[in-house]
Amino acid sequence: MIGFPLFPEVASTIAGGVDTLYFFLVAVTVFFSTLIFGLIFYFAVKYRRVSGRALSQTTETTHEGYALEIAWSVVPFLITLVMFTWGSSLFIANSRVPDQAMEIRIVGRQWMWKVQHPNGRNEINELHVPIGRPVKLTLASQDVIHSFYIPAFRVKQDVVPGRYATMWFHPTRAGEYHLFCAEFCGTYHSGMIGRVVVMQPEDFQKWLGGVTEASPVQTGEKLFSEFNCVNCHATGGRQRGPQLGGLYGTDVLIADGSRVKFDENYIRESIINPNAKTVKGYPPVMPTFRGQLTEEQILDLIAYIRSLTTEKDGNVR
Amino acid sequence: MSAKNYLNVSYGARSWLLTKDHKRIALLYLASITLFFFLGGAFAVLIRLELLTPQGDLVQAETYNKLFTMHGVIMVFFFLIPSIPAVLGNFLVPMMIGARDMAFPRLNLLSWYVYTIGGILSLVAVVSGGVDTGWTFYTPYSSTYSNTAVMVTAVGIFITGFSSILTGLNFIVTIHKMRAPGLTWFRLPLFIWSNYATSLIMVLGTPVIAITVLLVGIERFFGVGIFDPKLGGDPLLFQHLFWFYSHPAVYIMILPGMGVVSELVTCFSRKRIFGYPFIAFASLAIAVLGFLVWAHHMFVSGMSPYAGMIFSFLSFMVAVPSAVKVFNWTATLYKGSISYDAPMLYAMGFIGLFTLGGLTGLFLATIAVDVHVHDTYFIVAHFHYIMVGGTVMAYLGGIHFWWPKISGRLYPEGWARFAALVVFVGFNLTFFPQFVVGYLGMPRRYHAYPAEFQVLNVMSTAGASILAVGYLLPMVYFVWSMRYGAKASSNPWDATGLEWQTPSPPPTENFEQTPEVTWEAYDYPSKDKEKEPQVA
Amino acid sequence: MPDHSPALAHQFDDIEQQHESSSLGMWIFLATEVMFFGGMFLGYAVYRAMYPTAFAEASRHLDIWLGGINTAVLLCSSLTMALAVHAAQLGARRTVAIFLVATIILASVFLGIKAFEYYHKYEEHLIPGAVFEFPGENANHAQLFFSFYFAMTGMHALHMVIGIGVMLIMIALALRGRFSPEYYFPVEMTGLYWHFVDIVWVFLFPLLYLVDRS
Repeated sequence: MIGFPLFPEVASTIAGGVDTLYFFLVAVTVFFSTLIFGLIFYFAVKYRRVSGRALSQTTETTHEGYALEIAWSVVPFLITLVMFTWGSSLFIANSRVPDQAMEIRIVGRQWMWKVQHPNGRNEINELHVPIGRPVKLTLASQDVIHSFYIPAFRVKQDVVPGRYATMWFHPTRAGEYHLFCAEFCGTYHSGMIGRVVVMQPEDFQKWLGGVTEASPVQTGEKLFSEFNCVNCHATGGRQRGPQLGGLYGTDVLIADGSRVKFDENYIRESIINPNAKTVKGYPPVMPTFRGQLTEEQILDLIAYIRSLTTEKDGNVR
Repeated sequence: MSAKNYLNVSYGARSWLLTKDHKRIALLYLASITLFFFLGGAFAVLIRLELLTPQGDLVQAETYNKLFTMHGVIMVFFFLIPSIPAVLGNFLVPMMIGARDMAFPRLNLLSWYVYTIGGILSLVAVVSGGVDTGWTFYTPYSSTYSNTAVMVTAVGIFITGFSSILTGLNFIVTIHKMRAPGLTWFRLPLFIWSNYATSLIMVLGTPVIAITVLLVGIERFFGVGIFDPKLGGDPLLFQHLFWFYSHPAVYIMILPGMGVVSELVTCFSRKRIFGYPFIAFASLAIAVLGFLVWAHHMFVSGMSPYAGMIFSFLSFMVAVPSAVKVFNWTATLYKGSISYDAPMLYAMGFIGLFTLGGLTGLFLATIAVDVHVHDTYFIVAHFHYIMVGGTVMAYLGGIHFWWPKISGRLYPEGWARFAALVVFVGFNLTFFPQFVVGYLGMPRRYHAYPAEFQVLNVMSTAGASILAVGYLLPMVYFVWSMRYGAKASSNPWDATGLEWQTPSPPPTENFEQTPEVTWEAYDYPSKDKEKEPQVA
Repeated sequence: MPDHSPALAHQFDDIEQQHESSSLGMWIFLATEVMFFGGMFLGYAVYRAMYPTAFAEASRHLDIWLGGINTAVLLCSSLTMALAVHAAQLGARRTVAIFLVATIILASVFLGIKAFEYYHKYEEHLIPGAVFEFPGENANHAQLFFSFYFAMTGMHALHMVIGIGVMLIMIALALRGRFSPEYYFPVEMTGLYWHFVDIVWVFLFPLLYLVDRS
């Protein structure tokens, strides 16, 4: 043990695969660097200038070495094809969010990460997760671009204000790991760090249970009535807007005849820029709530609206 | 014996500040660029000193952010991009093609003034408190949130961009229209091919960064939301516009260095370069492909994975012509007659370090790995290997090689070789540990960091102190040589190339009579060529 | 050295080389201008695709008649510019000056109408920034439209002003007899530049003024 690490921990399902590809790239790099440095050194010594020795006669260059030129163009090209194919397939595989992922939402702002668990438990600059199941993060930024980076899991995602980002990981080792903001975001960018705590499932349940705050769904429900969404979007009133139950995850028909997915981004857009994509058949009279709701409040509302859509077996979609 | 040459033909500030002689303009650039190099270097020293300890204890967080921003802005826009083209290119391009001057001498002088005005503005920014956005100016931080001298810096970059455009325009027209009789394209030195390819990028890419900083300026000044999502703008549009220039910009920085290395390798092996047409076409290929890869800086930004794959593939492709060049240079050494003069040491160092740096670029083109190393010190190490291990070493090698022609004096060879080795050792010690600490996960632009990264950071700072010595030595001995160095003959290296057929230093008109070229490029050995034109 | 034109610059071997170099130089410069305006066109295109309704609504606040008249005026100025170049090729120095003056007059008419349009926008509170007011939901996106409108037409107007300055210099040189059938290319290069400025407007006008005007 030398007292300081030289290689990051492997703590997620994809980390091993990324490292394998990395080692392949290292091997190629070591090979070609050694080859070139070696050849330079060898030629520089073997063919060093000795005064009096006959200088090599130059030959016509036009036809010499074509085979060699083609060889050392094609071989690197093929090697890069291998890297590309391997890297792309790994990347595509790694971007597919597994089913039944536990969902957590995160809002980044200068200079902290606010983590919200679905049952209401929240934390700042820390992310507690259980080992052994996939976790899907929905991320939003309150202000500038941030980036959520967990080196031990080999995952990183920029969080751009004005849109949601998603990422996922599946922890495989209990422990504590670094969490960094990886996109320069202002004065205390290097302070926007924390830790990811991976716990055994029982310990995680115990930790999660210590909740005193309302869940996002509950908060969202309160906001839904506080901001008078009920006036247009609930039954038994002057219903000027579509009923929101049962819509999440479906494709809705909008005014210009096209279809859009009723997902987080669509809900957020409809709150901030209501008349961009109004549902067909409804007048474009919804007022905008831009500037009146924080990113977290919007996420709470989205959680509530999602809860209005249940699968046949009763689970929220 | 003191014949009239471009240095002593006239004296006084006016004769320099109003000169139309491309060689004097090159020296004006040399002075400014050296100044900015040491200023940017001073910021680097402060950065590395801060990073000796995990805590942010040398400077405040905001100051540190300004240090790395100003280091990047100055090194990229005011040192690397002009360096070889504006100094060596301006000096040599007309001479290498047998011309009396550039096509547009007054535009050439204007380009230096434009550069200087932009440079002064960036100094104003430094002095008035600095900029803290990172040299990449990502919005909305730079357009809405930062309260530092963003406007002044943006205007400075906007203005300096025109210097780049004018230089590139001048090179293209000069190379097309003013070659000496008999000097066909495939008889040109490869330095010319490289600068030509570079100029294509300069003229087509620079306007895009100009409009990008203009839009950021408009957003800041008028408070409109061009890139601010709260007002309907798209921060990623900024990134696309920014990188559309800034990626080709890195090829502006490396291609001229490759041109220098081609000249050095062939001269100090006393052997015609291997694969001339392949190196020439590889330069053009790099210029073209370089415009197609910009979004590889944005793999984790939220771009569609399929768009990502396209940029990943193209990024791999742009590596192939660079590999071709490395192999051709190495093959030139085979059965050559190699001497270890300082320029050759720099050239050999370049080939090795560029290879290593370029290969680490493949890590970044591989999206699955890039996700992990993006915005970490791995990236910092990668681009410093290319820009410092590559471009700066080529620049120094070129300055040493052509110093006798430029100044009429020889620099002290022993000290120069020593300095080259110090630079090589210092450079690797500075930047290799950064690959390791980057893969470990240390993000870039961090003022303070977790304690377990300290040892690697200390190694890096130790290397930087050695590197600094390596850079200071040439300053000292070049200045020394101007007064005490041995007088140089017209061709102390016995090299081919029209620039060596004139006295050192050359007369203002370069050639008594326009040479007529009947020989191929790099026609070594050159001992018994009877084709030189008369020179004074 | 064969006898050469008094206009031959010392770095060139003959007047033909100088002419070709000037021409190539100007074309390269115009290529940089295409990239420059291109960046703005791209930004505009992206936002127009994102906010079509707002952009259409904002565009309707532009006066299509004034824009149309300006287009015609600018096209005429390209004609007078071409005639000036032709006159320079023939060595007819007074004619050159006359046509350059005509071009300047037409350019000034264009700029005058533009200034009037800008002032009108100012009165309607459509200048982006603190004083911007736009009725309805799409105010922010309409402001984006106007930011691009002013940036693009403003940049274009700046290029016209520079062009006028260059033409004034050309008039002075023409009247002093500096141009001849052998050496007329400064006028020719000015013409190239002016035609480019014209073409940019030909793109700007439909893109900005004619959004969704069916």
